Amino acid sequence: MAPSQDASGTVQPAAIAARGWGWRHAGRAKPAVHGLDLDIAPGERVLLLGPSGAGKSTLLHALAGVLGDINDDGEAGDADESGSLLVDGAPPRARRGRAGLMQQDPETQVVLSRVGDDVAFGAENLAVPRDAIWPRVHEALADVGLAHLPLDHPTSALSGGQKQRLALAGILAMRPGLILLDEPTANLDPDGVLEVRDAVARSLDKTGATLVVVEHRVSVWKDLVDRIVVLQPGSAADPAVLLDGPPDRVLTEARSMLAAAGVWVPGYVPATRARAAVPAPGAGSLLLAAEQLGVSRERPRRKGFRKIPLVPVQEGVSAQVRAGQALAITGANGAGKSTFALTLAGLLEPVSGKVSATLDLSRGAGIDPYKWKAEQLISRVGTVFQEPEHQFVTGKVLDELLFGPRHLGHGEDRVEELLERLRLTQLVDANPYTLSGGEKRRLSVATVLAASPQVLILDEPTFGQDANTWAELASFLSELLDGGTAVVAVTHDAEFTEALGGAELRMAVAEAVAP
Amino acid sequence: MRQQLTLSGNHALLARANPLSKFAAVLLITAVLALSIDWVSASVALVFELLLFPLAGLTLSLLWQRGWPLILAAAVGGWSTAILAPDSGRILLDAGIWTMSEGSLQLGIGFLLRGFAIALPAVLLMSCTDPTDLADALAQKARLPHRFVLGTLAAMRLVGLMAEEWQTIGMARRARGVGARGSLGQRVKATLGQSFGLLVQAIRRASRLAVTMEARGFGGGRRTWARVSTFSPLDLWVVAGGVLVAGLALFAAVTAGTWNMVWLGS
Repeated sequence: MAPSQDASGTVQPAAIAARGWGWRHAGRAKPAVHGLDLDIAPGERVLLLGPSGAGKSTLLHALAGVLGDINDDGEAGDADESGSLLVDGAPPRARRGRAGLMQQDPETQVVLSRVGDDVAFGAENLAVPRDAIWPRVHEALADVGLAHLPLDHPTSALSGGQKQRLALAGILAMRPGLILLDEPTANLDPDGVLEVRDAVARSLDKTGATLVVVEHRVSVWKDLVDRIVVLQPGSAADPAVLLDGPPDRVLTEARSMLAAAGVWVPGYVPATRARAAVPAPGAGSLLLAAEQLGVSRERPRRKGFRKIPLVPVQEGVSAQVRAGQALAITGANGAGKSTFALTLAGLLEPVSGKVSATLDLSRGAGIDPYKWKAEQLISRVGTVFQEPEHQFVTGKVLDELLFGPRHLGHGEDRVEELLERLRLTQLVDANPYTLSGGEKRRLSVATVLAASPQVLILDEPTFGQDANTWAELASFLSELLDGGTAVVAVTHDAEFTEALGGAELRMAVAEAVAP
Repeated sequence: MRQQLTLSGNHALLARANPLSKFAAVLLITAVLALSIDWVSASVALVFELLLFPLAGLTLSLLWQRGWPLILAAAVGGWSTAILAPDSGRILLDAGIWTMSEGSLQLGIGFLLRGFAIALPAVLLMSCTDPTDLADALAQKARLPHRFVLGTLAAMRLVGLMAEEWQTIGMARRARGVGARGSLGQRVKATLGQSFGLLVQAIRRASRLAVTMEARGFGGGRRTWARVSTFSPLDLWVVAGGVLVAGLALFAAVTAGTWNMVWLGS
């Protein structure tokens, strides 16, 4: 193992050199990265951009030395490597502890159940002497702004942004020369994004480590990096690196190209289809109403024979869902926005108050959506979950789309149109789980719409999406709205709320609400 | 569920003992009780266990909250033994195919007490032992392979997450038209589908967690331990307590003549 520190304990930043490097995942026909030539000097801070499928994550995993044994699908097997990729002149696998990697899903960035133990984990694995570990833990927690937490604080009680900062602390405690961030803020709300970004900035200023970050949202990282590298999908004809240079130059030269590739360049809001006519508030027939609704994800539990009363995460919320009208549900994390939406969607039972469907929506199914049968529900209220994979029920894109109509016994003719409209025609035989993030999102919207619901409810539909998928989604929803569908979206995304038009229901964290 | 896996706030005496010594004590008591179905050894052990509960930071109501499934199971086991075991002695109750005799009642009570006496130490152990400390002790003191121990520990944290995931997948599937209500056949089918969905998510989460752990240097040869698993004089007392309770239970039963090795028959 190469020393990552000199005698004085300061971090030696790492150098990266790729020569004609390529990687094909086991079981894939095309390489994820092909012919990559790239040099990153010690201490440089690089933002990696490129369309999905350009191999950005693959490169980060390779640099972290974790590529090969297990890929994202949990398969091991015959992957192909070509050319060379070196960290400090040696293959990354031989440089254990030189690089620290943070991934997207905060839940899987935490290893142990107590804050202090989790930060110490990496240092322990690198066989750092015990006496040196705890000072490192305290220092790392201070660097990421979590020094106020006791060391035995349960990691399960942390927010998404805190979990990502904790993961950063765990990385810093290893004193790596290379910090790799793979869309570290894609799953976070705006406050969480800034928390993590600022913690990264502070620790880099202190350690001087090399940084490689992959992220769609350029504005978050632009001022922190000193170089932007744009990758493109690997092929024999084109080099893997499309553009390389200082942020301002790359963003000016390649602004339209990057925007076309779906990158969120600063100040760019993709054009979306405008509503034919935005209806006046209160226009359109009332479909669904929430009255003084109290919501919770918890189900009544028992301790012994005693029933524990539920504490709703949000109480006394009223809202109206009208045909052809959009309703954006916004507010801070933990305010119970998603829980409210799921209750409105007939998926969770209200704790107090009620959700009622009008006759225009219920069409004989009864007033309470929670009591509807699943078949009755999908043709009335469709819900698109934040994680598309949660909703996949078959092994093929086409079956996935036909699933709802087949259950209902009608509507199969609509599938063709949806495939076309959401650009899924080429993928009909693919397994839904193997699609890219944007494709999964489009598929999950299409599958729910295949049952022709009058109300469409979406939970954070734009999280982690590139600008192209974002714009497609917003335009598509505006078409639906013009066609008379009611759209309810839980979102942190102010531009998306704007693009949808319509009313906004802002929810505050429960303590701030009068009981 | 996730809260129950951590024990922050339990500062009871036994929470400070090494998990391995607690484990050894529980094993000793359980082993003696598993050897014989008799009410004397079981009641002696039970009395001592109840006396020890405050030391683990437990109260009777906490005990009931955490251990009620085990307690109910022991009660049901005792009742069934009393009415179904071969009769001997005076018949106390005769309800057609169910009869309860002096002999079977005695056996049933023995079974019930033994169930309690075996279940309670397990509840006691789990109530005052943090899984992380147990893992430390198993890897550092019992010398189990650290890859295995820490891998299991990290996976246990995912169990709580999976409970939440189960609920979400259930809702997500209802939103696709897969009903978790309806006839028994439909419900079984829906549950199987939902289990498959959960399995897929579990594998994804697990492989991402594995990448996280590997990227933090896990899986190398030598590692150090930030937390030292130590034995203290308290652990001597814990093991001695285990020996004492097990010994007294055995001695009382043999003296009373009720000692009744399971495999020798009655």
